[in-house]
Parts: sequence; structure tokens; C-alpha cells
Amino acid sequence: MAEVKLKGVTKSFKSTVAVKDMELTVPDGAFVVLLGPTGAGKTTTLRLIAGLEKPDKGSIEIGGEPVFGLTPAQRDVAMVFQQYSLYPHLSVYDNLAFPLRSPILRTPEDEVERKVKEVAEVLHIPHKLGNKSTELSGGEMQRVSIGRALVREPSIYLMDEPLSSLDAKLRADLRVELKRIHAELNATLLYVTHDQIEAMTMASHVGVLNEGELVQFGSPREIYENPRTAYVAARLGQPRINLLPVGLLGENAPSGAHSVALRPENIGYGDGRDATVLRIEHLGDQTRLHLKVADHDLVTLTDPHTTLAPGETVQIKPISPIFFDADGARIN
Amino acid sequence: MAEIVIKKVRKEFGDFVAVKESSFKIEDGEFFMLLGPSGCGKTTTLRMIAGLELPSSGEIYLDGEEITQKLPSERDIAFVFQMFALYPHMNVRKNISYPLISQHMPRAQVKDKVDEVAAILGIKDILNRPVGSLSGGDRQRVALGRAIVREPKAFMMDEPLGALDAEFREHMAEELRALHDRMGATTVYVTHDQLEAMQMGDKIVVMNNAVVEQFGTPQEVYDKPATMFVADFIGSPSMNFLHFEGRLASGAKSIELQGRKVPVPQLREGTQGALAYGVRPEHVRLMTEGGHRAKVIATEYLGTTQIVTLETPNGDLKARISSDQMAKAGEQVGLEFIGETVTLFDVQSGRALRSELNEEVLTNG
Repeated sequence: MAEVKLKGVTKSFKSTVAVKDMELTVPDGAFVVLLGPTGAGKTTTLRLIAGLEKPDKGSIEIGGEPVFGLTPAQRDVAMVFQQYSLYPHLSVYDNLAFPLRSPILRTPEDEVERKVKEVAEVLHIPHKLGNKSTELSGGEMQRVSIGRALVREPSIYLMDEPLSSLDAKLRADLRVELKRIHAELNATLLYVTHDQIEAMTMASHVGVLNEGELVQFGSPREIYENPRTAYVAARLGQPRINLLPVGLLGENAPSGAHSVALRPENIGYGDGRDATVLRIEHLGDQTRLHLKVADHDLVTLTDPHTTLAPGETVQIKPISPIFFDADGARIN
Repeated sequence: MAEIVIKKVRKEFGDFVAVKESSFKIEDGEFFMLLGPSGCGKTTTLRMIAGLELPSSGEIYLDGEEITQKLPSERDIAFVFQMFALYPHMNVRKNISYPLISQHMPRAQVKDKVDEVAAILGIKDILNRPVGSLSGGDRQRVALGRAIVREPKAFMMDEPLGALDAEFREHMAEELRALHDRMGATTVYVTHDQLEAMQMGDKIVVMNNAVVEQFGTPQEVYDKPATMFVADFIGSPSMNFLHFEGRLASGAKSIELQGRKVPVPQLREGTQGALAYGVRPEHVRLMTEGGHRAKVIATEYLGTTQIVTLETPNGDLKARISSDQMAKAGEQVGLEFIGETVTLFDVQSGRALRSELNEEVLTNG
């Protein structure tokens, strides 16, 4: 396993800048998740590290060595894609053994067997080794394709939304499993996703991307509690953070403040500004209250047994508001 | 405006039973969700209401009038499909006008109607654009516009947000619901996404294997699940089941797990055999001392809360606790359950046992 460093990496496709002046360090043994919407540059970053794309500018180092000009195979990275691509005519065992038997690695068969069995154990699929890959469920197939990356000991695992094609329950199971695998193997992992839950629950470090730029890098807690920009603030949290014009709720704002961000859980009741109840959503684990203050919609959380009804008025006040300037940058 | 009643409706395709005798009532103005995994019969049910499939048996009523065998065009119901089916060679205005023009409405009136609908949907400024140049969201709005403009009695929607990515989906879900609140038209909406159903619906029908498992408000199906399937399908993470064998008498207020008494809502029926203690993740508390012993397997940070996966002698479970509370993988902890919210299940039948918590809901269902 190795540290990966991107220094001033830029990549454009025609007139579109996909990755812009990226400075990113994936520490050895870290689980880094790059989070951003479609088109933020996540997958391009991954492909640049893998050697599937060439940067226009900047350098990439894996384990302290520049990798410019090296082929994907020479870079010793293992990639897992969104769509599991298994060999349908091969058994699970042979699918897992495939990378080890490649002409570059030429692993002895007894070593192949040891590795495959070890990985099957980690993925909880030892009883499936004899199955054809087509006889597996979606979750098992994705586990095998992750396993195919794990049999090798590459410098880094690169994963491109590997869970996005799975249903919600399976995704939740595999999230826990990936995190366990990461801890057990002490692997270095770079994982890209647009799913904030995956980023928050699995990552040791989250990198938030916006239009090809890395806007913030830190632990999930840092990103959630201390967003550097309004864009970052809106990436994490369900329901979304409320972004409101400064002064709407009568808070004391620092000079230069343009907007204020309030987590739904950071809105207090009982005094403050009048808000009209639009709608109450009972989601089970949380109850959301949709409110209108002047012309602005906002969402807050309330007690599941609330007796409030649409059309009623409540008084709300901000708790630990976060302020941003006109450009969306944080003001402390 | 419309009230829709489904009475013992059944649908077979050859040997395959897609929907077994299902009954429920959709009140006038409701946003009504048909929820279930793929293949459960929800889309077939929707298509039968719209008249795109005819039931093998049973009846469907729209505003008191039987419509079971009527043509779709005679039902005054608009259908919005998963993929927005727009006419690619027409601009936005023409796409929305189309249903009215085909009804021979006078031009001037069509223009007024389309302008009104465009204002509701916030798409006035794109009326003259070709649909090919639109974003996914705007296309979806145009498709909705075409359904709304006819002012049908009810809307049928088949996973209209299924093709959108997560962030945008949530936004469109809010928009759809707000639109419904403004228009008040009865809407029947098919989805496999439980969060979408909970978020948008006034009522939810949960289907599985061609059968209606439960029918109620989001709060009812979440707090008082009628079956293990519903308990498991709704909620993320879903309800925990701690398995145990036992004999319970009607009137009991606690059960025994690993020799410890744990509270339950007072039972209204007795039973014995393989049972499950169903507890929601947010109703599990972690303590350093005492309680039901468990080992922490994993923690998942979620902002203000975290999900803790735990191993117990009665099976794994998940707890949702404050992220300020410390929990480390490998640690031994004690668990306590908020007894009044617990549902007990008979594992064999999957049915919830009647108790003071759910009695009312189960008798009505």
C-alpha cells in the first residue's frame, strides 16, 4: 500500500475542464472518498491516477514515485467499476484467480489458491467459489468484482461508485463490509461517489469536488460541522442544510455576511420569527417540518408526536448559525 | 376530483398471479403510494386503475361509478410514465398543448391553459424551446404539464423520478408534492423507494408477492407494521428482529431475552413458538453497564446521528444513536430498548402479534 499524491493536476476534454489544478494526498492506509454530483470530476480523477487518462498539467506520485508515462498495469493499481464485469463462463474461483494468473503476475497455482480462499473468506463467499458467476445475486456479483481487486496487493484500490447499481439494503450491508475489509487489509482506498451517506459512513477523509476543483478535504465530521463553503454545507446532511438570506431569522450576523446556513436540527422553537407550517413528513426515524418564513422555505425536525398542522404558525430561532459571504465562502 | 375504490381486484397473466384479491380505498385529493419491491404487483395495480390492464376479477370504482371494464380514455385519468415520453420534434408549448388540441379545444383557450400550467410548474420561460435541449428536470416538468393540462380526475404516476440521480430526485419529490398541495388532485404513485413513499404519501399501500401487506398512513406503517415484511421494507436501516423461542400469554407486558426481562406493549393475544422482538434502530439505547449484552461490530457516522451495528446472542442489530456518544468496534456494551414502541412477530406467519400499540391498526387492516 502506498500514499498517492496529485500535484496541480489539470485535465480538459475539449473546452470542458474536468479536473482543475487538483492538489490531493491520499495518505497510506486511508479510505478517501471523493464526493460530488455528476460532472464534478470524480471519475476523471480516478482515471488519471489509474493511468487511463493523461493529465494536461501537473504530476501524480504513487508511493513517492512519479508515474508519468507508466501504463495502468505498471502503476499497480486495482480498479472496481460501477458495473460488475465478471467473466460469465468462468466460476467464481476462476474469476477471482484471473488477475493473479495474468502474464505480468504469473502467480504459482498454490499461491493463487491461498489468495482466492483468503479473499473469499473476507467477502463471506467461500461457499460460492464453485458457482458460475451468472448464478450469483447482484450483491454477490459485486462482491466478486471487488474480490477480483482484492486478490492482488496493489499500491491503491480505486473504486468508482461500486455500490450504485445495488438496491438500498445491499448497499447498506456492503458499506459496512467495505469498511471492515479496509480495516482488515490495512489497504489504501480511493472511492468516488455522489452518495453522501457512503462518504460519511465509510471515509476516513472526504474530498468534496465542485466543477473539477477540490473544495474541501477532511474527516466526515469536519466537513459536516465545519463546511468551508456554502456548496460544501449543502453536500452533507439529510434533510439538506437550510441556506437563507442573512437576517431572515433575526440572528446577529458578522459584517460581510450574505447568507446563513442552518442545519435542520439547529432550529429552535418557542420564540423568534413567525413561520408558517406547510407540511409535516413522518419518515419514522425523523419527522420533518416544512416551514415558510417570508418568501423562504425551510426544513426543520420536530417531535414525532407533534400536534402541529399545516397553516399554523410557530416561532423559530437559529442555533449556531454558519455564515457565508456573497461568494459562498465561510465567515468565522 | 375523485375517490377511487379497489374491491377484491385480482390479475392473472396465464398461470402467473400478478395481483391477488386486493382491496383499498383512495380518498379524494390524496397522494397515494403503491410501494413494494419489483414484481410485487404495484405497477399492475396502477395499470388496472388507469384501464391499461383489465382485472381478471374484482371491481374498480371512480367517484362511485364502476369503471372496471371501461377504456382508459373513458376514465378521465392521466398517466405519467417513468420515462418522460415527449414528442421530440415539438417545442415545449406544443407538447403541453397536444392533449387539448386533440380534444378540439379552441386555440385561445389552449393558450390560456398552457400558460396557466407553465406558471404552476415554473417553466414559462422555456415554452418555446425544443424539448431536446432541456435538462432532465425540465423534461419531467413538461411531461407533468402535459398530464395536468387536461385537468383529469386523477393522476397515475409510475416511478416518475426513477431515472433521476439522488440529489435531484429529492428536489423533484418536494416539487411534486408541493404541486399536489396546490392542485389537490387525487394522485396514485408507484415506487419501490420507501423513503420516497414516506416523504410524499398521505397513505401507503405496501405490496409484496401480489398481496397487500398493509395499508395506512406513513406513520402507521412505520410505527405499527402489520407484518415482518413491512417492518423490514420500511425504514433505513430497517427494524431489528431479535429472535427467540417462547410462550406468551395475552396481557403480558414483557418477554425474556437471554434470561433478562424486556418490556413490550401489553399483548392482546397469546402465542408460542418462534418469535421475533421487533425494535427500530432509534429505539435502541447503548449503555456501558447493565442491559442486554452486545458487541459493537461497526459504527457509521451520519452527521448528528450514527448507526452502530451490534452482535447479540439473538442476532445482529443496528442502533441509531447520537454521534456524540462514543462507540468503538470490538467494545462490549449494554442495550436497552424503548419497550412501548416494540412489535412482536410470529416468525412462521410473519404476522405482528396484537398489542395495545397496534391493536387499532391491525383490526382495521
